[in-house]
Amino acid sequence: MLTILLDGIAYGMLLFVLSCGLSVTLGLMNFINLAHGAFAMLGGYVTALLMSRAGVPFIATLPIAFVVPALVGAALERTLYRRLYGASPLDQVLFTIGLVFMAMPIANFFLGDQPQQVHLPAWLSGRVEFHGVGIGVYRIFTIGICATIATALQIFLVGTRFGARLRACVDDARVASGLGVNVDMMFAVTFAVGSGLAGLGGALAADVVGGIDPSFPLRFMVTFLIVVTIGGSNGILGALVGSLLLGVLDVAGKYYVPSIGAFIIYFVMVVTLILRPQGLFVRGDGR
Amino acid sequence: MSAPVLESRGLSRRFGGLVATDNVSFTIEPGARQALIGPNGAGKTTLINLLTGVIRPSEGAVLLQGEDVTALSANQRVRRGLARTFQINQLFPDLSPAESLGLAIGERNRSGADFWRVAGGGKAMLAEIEELLTRFGLEAAMDRPTRTLPYGKQRLLEIALALACRPRVLLLDEPAAGVPEHERHDILAALAALPADVAILLIEHDMDLVFNFATRISVLVAGRLLCEGEPKAIAADERVRAVYLGEEAHG
Amino acid sequence: MIAAPASPGFERIAAHLQRRARWRWSEVAFWLALLAAVLAFPSRAGFFNEILIAGLFALSLDLILGLTGIVSLGHAAFFGLGAYAAAILSSQGLADPTLGLLIASALSGALGLATAPLLLRGSDLTRLMVTMGIALMLGEVANRNADITGGADGLNLTMGPVLGLFPIDFTGQRNAALYSLGVLFLLFVLARRLAQSPFGLSLSAIRENRLRAGALGISTSRRIIAIYAVAAAYAGAAGALLAQTTQIVSLDLFDFHRSADVMLMLIIGGAGYLYGGIIGAAIFIVVKDVISGATPEYWEFWIGAMLVVLVLVGRERIAAHARRTLRMLVPLKGRAA
Repeated sequence: MLTILLDGIAYGMLLFVLSCGLSVTLGLMNFINLAHGAFAMLGGYVTALLMSRAGVPFIATLPIAFVVPALVGAALERTLYRRLYGASPLDQVLFTIGLVFMAMPIANFFLGDQPQQVHLPAWLSGRVEFHGVGIGVYRIFTIGICATIATALQIFLVGTRFGARLRACVDDARVASGLGVNVDMMFAVTFAVGSGLAGLGGALAADVVGGIDPSFPLRFMVTFLIVVTIGGSNGILGALVGSLLLGVLDVAGKYYVPSIGAFIIYFVMVVTLILRPQGLFVRGDGR
Repeated sequence: MSAPVLESRGLSRRFGGLVATDNVSFTIEPGARQALIGPNGAGKTTLINLLTGVIRPSEGAVLLQGEDVTALSANQRVRRGLARTFQINQLFPDLSPAESLGLAIGERNRSGADFWRVAGGGKAMLAEIEELLTRFGLEAAMDRPTRTLPYGKQRLLEIALALACRPRVLLLDEPAAGVPEHERHDILAALAALPADVAILLIEHDMDLVFNFATRISVLVAGRLLCEGEPKAIAADERVRAVYLGEEAHG
Repeated sequence: MIAAPASPGFERIAAHLQRRARWRWSEVAFWLALLAAVLAFPSRAGFFNEILIAGLFALSLDLILGLTGIVSLGHAAFFGLGAYAAAILSSQGLADPTLGLLIASALSGALGLATAPLLLRGSDLTRLMVTMGIALMLGEVANRNADITGGADGLNLTMGPVLGLFPIDFTGQRNAALYSLGVLFLLFVLARRLAQSPFGLSLSAIRENRLRAGALGISTSRRIIAIYAVAAAYAGAAGALLAQTTQIVSLDLFDFHRSADVMLMLIIGGAGYLYGGIIGAAIFIVVKDVISGATPEYWEFWIGAMLVVLVLVGRERIAAHARRTLRMLVPLKGRAA
């Protein structure tokens, strides 16, 4: 049972890293970015290809898996996304679906539809015994890295001036702008970092989900959205709790009640939305 | 002395630590011409939202024609005779004034859920639409989308829509707000011509309008009812002057 | 009581309020053209059938999105349910298509009725999520219960003749298209009537300003639930038609792709005036046919590009241009969603 729990936590942490960018984008720019999974896919591909084609060690690919999607995200944000910040939710949804529909065939065209595998280095494979319970080394690694990222993000948001300005923007962008905060830059940087984190999450998740293929963005789009919906758009804490909850429920559900499997997370989402339409974590003003 | 047509008893509303409405109890008599005034942020719109059912009170009750409607939703209260206008126009941008009024009248007649008959039939309804259009000077624009109307006309339509519900009580939230000078007197004339049997509660900042219109004034300050009375008495009241003069000194 | 002679004001108001009630010649021409196309090109019957069914599906979305302003990314749930219901009914021995259609449609309507309350609270994003979630759940349920639904393999079915007279299986493709056209036309007429009614007007009001609609005494929740159930039933009918005329159903009917495609069809054709779904479906399927001939695997890319361009240029601007041209031909309800 402990194994299941740890597996669930590991999965949940992965989901957190993958989704926190989406959560902050939603909370900050009120923008529904259904194309978020495409950035994760990009990061996963970067790692897989660097390892298989250029022999780069796994760990070394991770920073690159962050940077490349971050740059792409920044470029797209400056050129396309920012035109739609004030648009209706329907428009945003249609636009980002359009982007996903474009991204997937592009991936297919360049890389084929077979999943690109990420082969973990030997020191990350295998299991360790801990008080009689077997835990995968990669699970521990994943939990460790993601927890570090989560902590770093939280410290950054709370402890730095940039973080303070970011929180001000989230609360009220107009007022923040009036106070001299460069809101445009905030949006761009936030979007870039969120996309970068998605890419990093994609790289980390590649092994867990059996490789990266062009259908990844669509397959996981719903999962990301569920995390964000359950966790609310209150930023780090909400996304973390939502991810962990989802990770554990999904893994435990599939193990204990395989006949319902994926059903559980959809069910949880619908129930959450019925009880609390704004998600589990609501900002003070209920926005 | 007939029963009040609208009454609030100990109405309170808190938002977290903020007390927006504080134990407000007052009545509106049938056919009243009453005004609610108070400085900015006094909680006038919150009170209206409480009375109309847009938000729920933390404490207290709202009685409409003697019936406790505190648990009823906004649209249920409308059906029982309570209508309102909004401070910022809440209209149907792509529907025409005639359609909007026809809609309101149809809903009142309980034919709103009819999904088979073509809308806009019936002599009685047409007569009523025409009467309202004429009364508010909207005949010329009656078939154009509402969003093409000038702001003053839209404001008049806002009042006309509320009136189309044939309410017993009508709450007007700053009907002259934002209306350009040359269109203001249309609003004033419309207010003066409202049916005598409808009780009116007017929220306004414009003191000329208030003193011209109201026979009874309630003063709301920081969510609490400061005082109530005839216009002359209110105008002379020291506390009211302090509130407004104090505001002017700072503002 | 003697009726007073109607004054000029009366006439004007009445004419204005009922301006969309009469059938324009262009509408009659539209339907005759559809009929003529199916009759004149029997070899392309399957193609027309696809357009008609997609058109009905898009029409059902128009009832909630275009008319009432409810966004949904999971409308395929009702489409898939209708299709599978019709398929399962047929495999249980109910060979009569029309009865199967009615039952399947009613089942979808019931699901719509049950899930509509979930849409009332929360923002548009919540609605998108909930509708998506329901479609996915239904797909999962269908997947898991392979003994009934055939799982990943889907189901094949055989249908009896419509009204006992007109076979619609693979020997009667033209009949199948006519069957679909008949159902589409009938449901369209009903929808048109509904949109013109006081009920339909109140739905427009809910779309334009839900707060004000409530402030006029409209019980917005009840109306939304009602139209959502109707739209679900319509989508179920479209699904049932698909199952009955193509004799095959598969799990991809619940896919997110289906919900996204139908929304795109409606947006292309223009939401809010009931013809947009059929027109959009026709354009979508024709373009898809053309592009698929050239680059089959990358059809999805062009849909995506179309969506992106559509949104960036502005649906309203495109719709306004289109509306100006169409205004003379068709009685329009107005704006795109």
